[in-house]
Amino acid sequence: MSAILDPTRKLVGQPIKRREDPRLIAGAGAYLDDIKLTGMVHAALVRSTSAHGRIKSIDAGTARGMPGVLAVFTGEDFADLNPLPGAWTAGGVQNNVNTPRVLAIGEVHQVGDPVAVVIAENAYQAADAVEAVAVEYEDLGVVVDAKKATEDGAPQLHENAPNNVVLKWSCGKEAAEVDTALAAAEVRVQQHLVNQRLIPTSIEPRGSIGRYDPGTGDYTLWTTSQAPHVMRLLITAFVMGIPENKLRVISPDVGGGFGCKIFCYYDMALMLALSKKLDGRPVKFFEDRSENYLTTTHGRDHITDVEIGATKDGRITALKVDTHANLGAYFSTIAAGIPTTLYGRMVAGCYKIPNIRVDVTAVYTNTAMVDAYRGAGRPEAAFVIERVCDLVAGATGVDPAEVRRRNFIQPEDFPYDTGIGMLPYDSGNYEPALDRALEIVGYAGLRAEQAARRERDDRKLLGIGLSSYVEVCGVAPSKWIGLPGEGWGAGLWESANVKVHLTGKVVVTTGTLPHGQGHETSFAQLVADELGVPYEDIEIKHSDTLGTPFGFGTYGSRSAAVGGTAIYKSVAKVREKAKKLAAHMLEAAEADIVWEHGRAYVKGSPDAAKTIQDIALQAAVAYDLPGEMEPYLDETTYYDPPNCTFPFGTHVCVVEVDRETGEIALQRYVAVDDVGNVINPMIVDGQVHGGIAQGLAQALYEGAVYNDQGELVTGTMNDYAIPKASMVPTYELERTVTPSPTNPMGVKGAGEAGTIASTPAVANAVIDALAHLGVNHLDMPITPEKVWRAIGGGAS
Amino acid sequence: MADTMTAPATMAIQVTVNGSNRGGNVEPRTLLVHYLRDHLNLTGTHVGCDTSQCGACVVHLDGESVKSCTVLAVQANGSEITTIEGLAKDGDYHPVQQGFWEMHGLQCGYCTPGMIMASVSLLQRNPNPTEDEIRHGLEGNLCRCTGYQNIVKAVQYAAGQIGRDAGAADAPLPHDAHRPIHHDGTTPHDPASVDDWEDELAGESDES
Repeated sequence: MSAILDPTRKLVGQPIKRREDPRLIAGAGAYLDDIKLTGMVHAALVRSTSAHGRIKSIDAGTARGMPGVLAVFTGEDFADLNPLPGAWTAGGVQNNVNTPRVLAIGEVHQVGDPVAVVIAENAYQAADAVEAVAVEYEDLGVVVDAKKATEDGAPQLHENAPNNVVLKWSCGKEAAEVDTALAAAEVRVQQHLVNQRLIPTSIEPRGSIGRYDPGTGDYTLWTTSQAPHVMRLLITAFVMGIPENKLRVISPDVGGGFGCKIFCYYDMALMLALSKKLDGRPVKFFEDRSENYLTTTHGRDHITDVEIGATKDGRITALKVDTHANLGAYFSTIAAGIPTTLYGRMVAGCYKIPNIRVDVTAVYTNTAMVDAYRGAGRPEAAFVIERVCDLVAGATGVDPAEVRRRNFIQPEDFPYDTGIGMLPYDSGNYEPALDRALEIVGYAGLRAEQAARRERDDRKLLGIGLSSYVEVCGVAPSKWIGLPGEGWGAGLWESANVKVHLTGKVVVTTGTLPHGQGHETSFAQLVADELGVPYEDIEIKHSDTLGTPFGFGTYGSRSAAVGGTAIYKSVAKVREKAKKLAAHMLEAAEADIVWEHGRAYVKGSPDAAKTIQDIALQAAVAYDLPGEMEPYLDETTYYDPPNCTFPFGTHVCVVEVDRETGEIALQRYVAVDDVGNVINPMIVDGQVHGGIAQGLAQALYEGAVYNDQGELVTGTMNDYAIPKASMVPTYELERTVTPSPTNPMGVKGAGEAGTIASTPAVANAVIDALAHLGVNHLDMPITPEKVWRAIGGGAS
Repeated sequence: MADTMTAPATMAIQVTVNGSNRGGNVEPRTLLVHYLRDHLNLTGTHVGCDTSQCGACVVHLDGESVKSCTVLAVQANGSEITTIEGLAKDGDYHPVQQGFWEMHGLQCGYCTPGMIMASVSLLQRNPNPTEDEIRHGLEGNLCRCTGYQNIVKAVQYAAGQIGRDAGAADAPLPHDAHRPIHHDGTTPHDPASVDDWEDELAGESDES
């Protein structure tokens, strides 16, 4: 018997090659820009050159007469469309939500704000005409820094947000209580930490194609979205004011997202409205990279001050965190949830800290909107707490690994409530991951080598950086994330439908969708095991609101834990029905039916089995069904988990720093992660690899820079340093497995762990290399120049 | 004066693309990538930036890899062009394509066509690259998903495969603790011998 037909073979846990790949390696993918529709025309945007100005005039006369130009529209032409919705007004955001319109009306608040749109027969003609539109602005003053924006006299972006403050939020104990604990501490440390702004940089930029059908009044939107169902809801009910059922949203192949493709953007409703104005001609907008950098959301951008209290032996007794979070020119879709729920409530990390207080002030500035970027709040939290651990190590002389060990939440403490408002951590066992990482890297030997080099006054200094992280994944429980004040007023459940067709072929439709994560492969592995049908007979369908059940989308490492569980439960329902029908077919009592690898038989008679395919046929032809049974094997689940999941692990980075030049060489990178049970280890490894690369790039290379005029200095790939192959090390991965008790598969989520863990591991490594020279912190990106200056380079 | 400076509205070009003769009139400013994507409907070649950094648009022009966003279509007049769509032969993937599949060298797939075309060129120049040579050889191509580790392995896989095809029985096999397997349980990696390896590549399972 060939392995393919062996139903006892377990596919879950195996590194199955991806079924998505054959078309992608052959150039046969279908991304947004590959879609060509009959009669399609092209939109290009006139964008603000002013970071904060009143629009005095827009002259599109010349542009309107240019070859191929069909129309030029400005903001007033779309005054009937509402501003984009701010969906997650967490943390007490009340009356100061300021979201962008599809095109600016009256004022602009950042360089790149769309102020007019040109429609032309082809993209070159549209781009030509954009150049011919003249716009005059009256300067209203610019502020780009989150702290300066709150100072007296700073330019004010929005009337309803005095001092540019979007929200003031806090969690943990009363400040006075934490102050008392700080005052009583044996060791106290203060530190200013900057978590710089990043640009997500999916290699595919964003875009939309809108089509209006004048016959039916229906709209179709193709868009580069991580959440097509949510986009449909937001665009129809909130922006356009049309019935939700009149819009179909399709995410085609999506070329990476990393968070920036979750949100509701101007181009979505704009393309639909334009198509209607053009009597149904489809209209395409696909941003170029410079536009992507200007107006697709950015990430991070926190300015934080921490005060730490600890015992002399390295136990953290008090932690006070004060953060200014820059949200940019407007309120992006879920912007407020990131620096509050997903950051503030995670700053305890994997440690038992009795006294914590976090204050967050989120502000508007004349910069691109900031929203979720891979990790979304948890990387910022991990950076704070993992820097705190090293600062405590530095102040007490206790080894950084030992500081972590002494403060870890212990296995018997779970479920564990950190006391700062996060749901209880569902499970964890932190020390084995730390131990294993130290063992792999050869920690004791490295510390000896480090000491020897310092002793010899070597030019090449060794640094070892640790990061023991915990994060929150599978963000879902609607009772929690939906609560007004905390959440976004809606649930985060997921859904899945499983149909076994008459011929025994299985079609799964799911509300989650991939943009590189390999859902089609992993979910088919899961269904093959649970239903006992061949892997190749299973089709996973997604990404189209027509034909898939509602789902909230793919982000927050939630597809397996939430969406996967919805599939798992639907399969279980199919199995239950199949068992009932098998009992009828075998003329036996249901209690006597044994279900085994896609076959049902009467206890003791395995040879007289009915296969799932036999049963599916019987269920579909339906002329001999028991009792009230409905035809067909077709089951849907809306799954709302009882808790989130909490992956963890320890990453260790080893660097060599040249004290003459400040150059940093990444020597080793060891990651021991615990993401629970793993469906496809090859895919999980790939997620961790990519995550580490993005996180280490924050530590060493990337940073979005604005000048005082609000111009994005790092506005192209020539200026913003996403890493090349030669700029990253080989990653050495291992896993411990602590299954999550939250869902029946014991999975947690792996998409963001690498990014969350690696930034502090790498930063800590570089700072560790310089610790004996009196350096206890460096702001990121830690460039050779910063290193060189920190150790006295350039000083005469 | 102005008239003499005006470029002609269109120019005729003739090119061979993936072995087929193609031609037509293009605006002189048309970029090769747009000619391929919009005129010939070869949308496998992607655009990821506007400053020639990302490399998603790499194709082969007369056997050399070029960023097709930095070449005018008229400059390619009379040339032979190979795009990602023309890389497989007679239904068989090029070893580099195969390597990207076997070693999980892609996730979202957007950079992949350019990355594969650049890797093919790299191996033509240097059939046995070291890891360092692969990493530096692909500096013109950006990937945001994979962290590059499995791209390096994919190129190593292809180098070994091309070497074995050329008769070098001792060409190295890549190794990975979590090596991918086919869903039927066969694995292309870590076989007992090169013969087994080749059998597996030919689709023969040793599990029967």
